[in-house]
Amino acid sequence: MAVIPQSEFQRRRARRKWMGRGFHGLCLLSVCIALGMLAVLLIYLLQQGVTGIDWSFLTSFPSRHPDKAGIKAAMLGSIYVVLVAGVVSFTLGVATALFLEEYATRSKFAKIAKINIANLAGVPSIVYGILGLQIFVHSMHLGSSVLAGGFTLALLVLPIVIVAASEAVRAVPPSLREGSYALGATRWQVIWHMVIPQAFPGILTGVILAVSRAIGETAPLIAMGALTFVPFTPDSPLSRFTVLPIQIFNWTSRPQEGFQETAAAGIIVLLVILLVMNAGAVILRNRFQNKWE
Amino acid sequence: MQDQDFILQTRGLSVYYDTKKAVTDVDLDVARNRITAIIGPSGCGKSTLLRCFNRMNDLIPSARVEGQVLFDGLDLYGHDVDPTEIRYEIGMVFQRPNPFPKTIYDNVAFGPRINGFQGNLAELVERSLVRAALWDEVKDRLNASALSLSGGQQQRLCIARALAVEPRVILMDEPCSALDPIATLAIEELMRELSEDYSIVIVTHNMQQAARVSHYTAFLMVEEARVGFLVEFGESRQIFTNPEDERTEAYITGRFG
Amino acid sequence: MVRADFDRSLEELEAELIGLGEMVEKAIVKSMDALARRDLALAYEVVAEDDQIDEKRFELEEKCINLIATQQPLAVDLRTLLAVLHIAVELERMGDYAEGIGKICMIIGEDESVETPQQLPQMARMGVAMLQRSLKSLMDRDTDLADEVWDSDDEVDALYDAVCHQIFLDMGQNPKTIEAATHFLWVAHDLERIADRATNIAERVIFVVTGRIGRYKPPRELN
Repeated sequence: MAVIPQSEFQRRRARRKWMGRGFHGLCLLSVCIALGMLAVLLIYLLQQGVTGIDWSFLTSFPSRHPDKAGIKAAMLGSIYVVLVAGVVSFTLGVATALFLEEYATRSKFAKIAKINIANLAGVPSIVYGILGLQIFVHSMHLGSSVLAGGFTLALLVLPIVIVAASEAVRAVPPSLREGSYALGATRWQVIWHMVIPQAFPGILTGVILAVSRAIGETAPLIAMGALTFVPFTPDSPLSRFTVLPIQIFNWTSRPQEGFQETAAAGIIVLLVILLVMNAGAVILRNRFQNKWE
Repeated sequence: MQDQDFILQTRGLSVYYDTKKAVTDVDLDVARNRITAIIGPSGCGKSTLLRCFNRMNDLIPSARVEGQVLFDGLDLYGHDVDPTEIRYEIGMVFQRPNPFPKTIYDNVAFGPRINGFQGNLAELVERSLVRAALWDEVKDRLNASALSLSGGQQQRLCIARALAVEPRVILMDEPCSALDPIATLAIEELMRELSEDYSIVIVTHNMQQAARVSHYTAFLMVEEARVGFLVEFGESRQIFTNPEDERTEAYITGRFG
Repeated sequence: MVRADFDRSLEELEAELIGLGEMVEKAIVKSMDALARRDLALAYEVVAEDDQIDEKRFELEEKCINLIATQQPLAVDLRTLLAVLHIAVELERMGDYAEGIGKICMIIGEDESVETPQQLPQMARMGVAMLQRSLKSLMDRDTDLADEVWDSDDEVDALYDAVCHQIFLDMGQNPKTIEAATHFLWVAHDLERIADRATNIAERVIFVVTGRIGRYKPPRELN
């Protein structure tokens, strides 16, 4: 083995050090750029919209005058639709994940299903809107209602929930399952008493991601018939509705200067709702995780 | 061993994973209320054989079992035998302690609860922990997480958990291999106490442990032509001082495997 | 090769045991030689050299204990180490008997008045042959050879009976020779014990090969 001369050794060491530092700096720079842009966006929003947020804004219906415009209808619409989407996608998603990971693991059907579910996540959201229009609005006679909108969004975010739940279920150590089986548990008991509680934090993560995606969707809801000007609050699952992104988009396309500020205010409200939902889910997830520590 | 009372017997037991044979034609008799050790080199099918006794091999889709496993005369692989029922009678302790991420109390209570136990659960939990020589160390903190216990304590907790469903047989798959020497000796001591009331089958790759702990020892081997066949079975006293088969002697003296 | 170290240690140990056997063999031959020629200097050598035999035995014992503690021997390895331990003790005792003969030789001194009974050298020759045979049976793990050691023991016992009988007769006929005769009785006794110890060694060889402990043949019929 040839001995590396001392001077060359020094040079390599120095070069390595510089490369390390350079890489570190590059990463730092990227973070600054990303956060910087986010900061710029937030500051612009706050500047534009914070003045417009007051009680009347939150409790009024939209109007042709910017200072009288409110987002009550859109806010409630978003909350209801996302609630429906969340519940449906959670139930269907967890059940599907359990089926694929616990019951049908090695079957060919499971393998094909998993590949296709991953692909579904990449389908443009407008396609779901058209699907929702055809199936929920027309065939099931639900009309362009909160329920139909919720179902449509549920389909959209279902792949996210399934993938996250599948990961979570797969991450449950086999030793826990074995230990349960060895005590005489049936498959169902193992899933209910061991797998689901263990996987719950991961499943909740999936739901958070799904809900965050759903609340910002515009195109599919417009496609299945959500309104843009709603002077009433949705009073039943079958009533028509609008959502925050649609309302905001509506305001930004108006010529009056005042509506830009109103739109900014709407965006802030949307972000706040998003943050509150996320925080709630994260707190819930942490509570479950700590229980097992 | 003619007059021995056997609680478990295998007749012509073979296990396949798809087409690969893992255990070949084993006839083994497990004596009641004694400790039977199964030893052999890596890959000789000891764990596979052990898992036949409580049908844990059923959980592996590619596993196929031929032959008979008799539990007090009942064929465990018979047509109308429910595997989950068997596992109440034949419990298992694993190589790595696997306490559930629950409280100590809930760990021990898990088995009885899913079994639909109606009686005094707290008393059953205490009795099981006493039997597993763990009660004194945990009686004041039954609501603490099981994961806060040391390795040796966790394994004793797993034993208590297995005892709580009141089995007749306890299967142990290398129960001490993840533990330090002191914890190992504590578990061995516990095994000897338990063998008065339970029949124990232990798989171990530690020759000295098998010699220390067991009443009977079975030696399983693997060759090019055959995998997982029984070479010799007898009283441990004899196997470790003067085995009959030279392959057994070669393995025990560490000349191979 | 697994456990090559341990195998080497066992081989060395057995070789040293054979070496001890050779030392004892030499001592017996020397002591009988000294007695035959009434050679006091030679007798003194035998007595002095017994210390070396004792030391060698303790050395072997220590090595055995060491290997047992560190190697966790089982089955044939365990039996071998235990046998080496026991055989070392037997050999050391045989060495003590040779020393005893040497001491008696020194006591008898140059007194040629009493002849050495002719059975004694014969007993000694047979005893040495039995020792050689028993150690060879250990080296070769030959149980048949070990068996033969017992057959020779019967002959030695017969010789012992004969020499005792004769000495008693002589004592009766010639009371002046009682003191010398008693010494020769002791020598006969020592030689008989040497042969007996050889059978013990053979017993240990059977133990190593078959794992059977205990007396191999039924005790001699008492006449």
